[in-house]
Amino acid sequence: MLGRLLFNKLLHDDKGGDRMLTVLLAVMVLVPVLNLLVPESSVFHLSTYTVTLLGKYLTFALLAIALDLVWGYCGILSLGHGAFFALGGYAMGMYLMRQIGDRGVYGNAELPDFMVFLNWSELPWYWSGFDMFWFAMAMVVIVPGLLAYVFGWLAFRSRVTGVYLSIITQALTYALMLAFFRNEMGFGGNNGLTDFKDILGFDLQSDVTRIVLFTVSGLALLGAYLLSRYIVNSKFGRVVVAIRDAEDRTRFIGYNVEQYKLWIFVLSAVLAGIAGALYVPQVGIINPGEFSPLNSIELAIWVAIGGRGTLYGAVIGAILVNYAKTYFTGALPEVWLFALGGLFVVVTLFLPRGLVGLFDKRRKRSAEVQT
Amino acid sequence: MKALDNLRETMRRDKVFDFVAEGHYPLSSFRHTVTTGEIDVSHGTILYVENVNVSFDGFKALNDLNLYIQDGELRCIIGPNGAGKTTMMDVITGKTRPDTGRVYLGQSIDLTRMNETEVAEAGVGRKFQKPTVFPEHTVFQNLELAMKTEKSAWSSLLASLSAEQLDRIDEVMLQIGLKEQYAMSAKLLSHGQKQWLEIGMLLMHDPRVLLVDEPVAGMTHQEMDRTAELLTQLAGKHSVVVVEHDMDFVRSIAKTVTVLHEGSVLAEGSMDDVQNDDRVREVYLGS
Repeated sequence: MLGRLLFNKLLHDDKGGDRMLTVLLAVMVLVPVLNLLVPESSVFHLSTYTVTLLGKYLTFALLAIALDLVWGYCGILSLGHGAFFALGGYAMGMYLMRQIGDRGVYGNAELPDFMVFLNWSELPWYWSGFDMFWFAMAMVVIVPGLLAYVFGWLAFRSRVTGVYLSIITQALTYALMLAFFRNEMGFGGNNGLTDFKDILGFDLQSDVTRIVLFTVSGLALLGAYLLSRYIVNSKFGRVVVAIRDAEDRTRFIGYNVEQYKLWIFVLSAVLAGIAGALYVPQVGIINPGEFSPLNSIELAIWVAIGGRGTLYGAVIGAILVNYAKTYFTGALPEVWLFALGGLFVVVTLFLPRGLVGLFDKRRKRSAEVQT
Repeated sequence: MKALDNLRETMRRDKVFDFVAEGHYPLSSFRHTVTTGEIDVSHGTILYVENVNVSFDGFKALNDLNLYIQDGELRCIIGPNGAGKTTMMDVITGKTRPDTGRVYLGQSIDLTRMNETEVAEAGVGRKFQKPTVFPEHTVFQNLELAMKTEKSAWSSLLASLSAEQLDRIDEVMLQIGLKEQYAMSAKLLSHGQKQWLEIGMLLMHDPRVLLVDEPVAGMTHQEMDRTAELLTQLAGKHSVVVVEHDMDFVRSIAKTVTVLHEGSVLAEGSMDDVQNDDRVREVYLGS
């Protein structure tokens, strides 16, 4: 189909990814048309609220790909990936805060509202540079990447693996959450960063900006998918899977296992950071709640439900679960957590390869019948 | 750079002390030049294990063990349980340090100073009893991963196989008889095929010495025959040391058999000689 037509070399052996990308490309064309060109009175009109919601799902899908790279392919179950997502989000949030200028409640051109409220006299040093878009975007990549590098270097060098690694990643995101809750940190404390006005001079509330943000999220997802696919198709990807299946053996053959783990972890953190940076302007707020361990665990559930080690499974899992979440928290709020927990149990017990594993199985069976 | 090279040239040891230079040194005609890292088998012996002692908490696992493996030889090592066969392998591959004794690869490489990876790099491959192949990878990919090549993360990201590397993988697949299964996941292979694949993975490293631990345990008769064929083929180009319990199998491949008992060599010779040795009978049959 379309995906294969455009990226033949990468997707020639990836039917699921091909279908997923075809749907994604179709949605990326349809949504702007239905939102901007179809008049509001028509039944086919798509509200800007829905566009933003879809854009949010796309950033979650990108985050899920990031986790699938380390968990599905390298066997590192990180339960702290929300931290990298939130750090990317904060970097973007800081840029958006600086863009407010003197339009804040206190009308202070130099300081964001919460700093004026706390009687701070000047901008902390680590806020400098964030008025420049390129600098903020560089930080979106560098901060999560650097944290992942230092953290991964220490953890992998000490050969921390399995459940122990999951626990310390959980501790990492929890520690960051507590730190960001403090007003003294200078990131808005409990309330986080919000009340954004515009991005690169464009009004964040306008329909066109929303559509552009949605499209950029879609393109980021597409790019991340193709990059990840390239990596897992390369010899690097095969070594990473070998590490997952037989780490000691891989080391014995002569591969520097720590180096491989470290780079895939850093790449994953960078992708998560980009997802966070795209998420913040669409939802209009970033606060320390994004660091909460619960978020990271939920992320692992999306990937598990979609299907580990396939990349497109993670995308499907993230979108389906979040759609269900939006629906249930609106219609039956008290049921949602039970439904999520139940879904996770069912998938773990009966579908070790997730929802996409179900389709693969059916396809294989029908192929067997044919032969 | 030029100046630095010139300086290095004039400061070379044999330039400053000219008696070191080739031709001036009275014994230089007797020396054969040894390139570091290359295995020197000028005396025909590739592996020396001499006077090796290993004890664990007072238990002597190896007791003054002496073993010499010729270049290109196929040697079988047998012995009852606890005779020290596995410990011997551990000592050779750098997993266990001997208390005393020497282990040399060729004339010049001291294996007791190296760790496991260095020993593997130096040219000693070890096949463990339990096959450990990468289950999700195909036969082809398993061999590709084991190939002797640049192994850093960056080079793997951009790596593609050259024609020679493809040929090499092809050659090994033919050798181990898994050419037709090249696209099959290793987890779907039979027990015997997994063992061959693992031997193949060792071969990708081009080792001079292959240590093979109980290759036919759990194999069917057909598989045993294939394994015997494979190991006999490998001898000559590689030196193969097989540790095995199965006497029929040992008889079918061995020219020279070494019997270990209580950490030292009890007997050595052809299969018939060894079987007729009184002490060997005593150890094995208790009579």
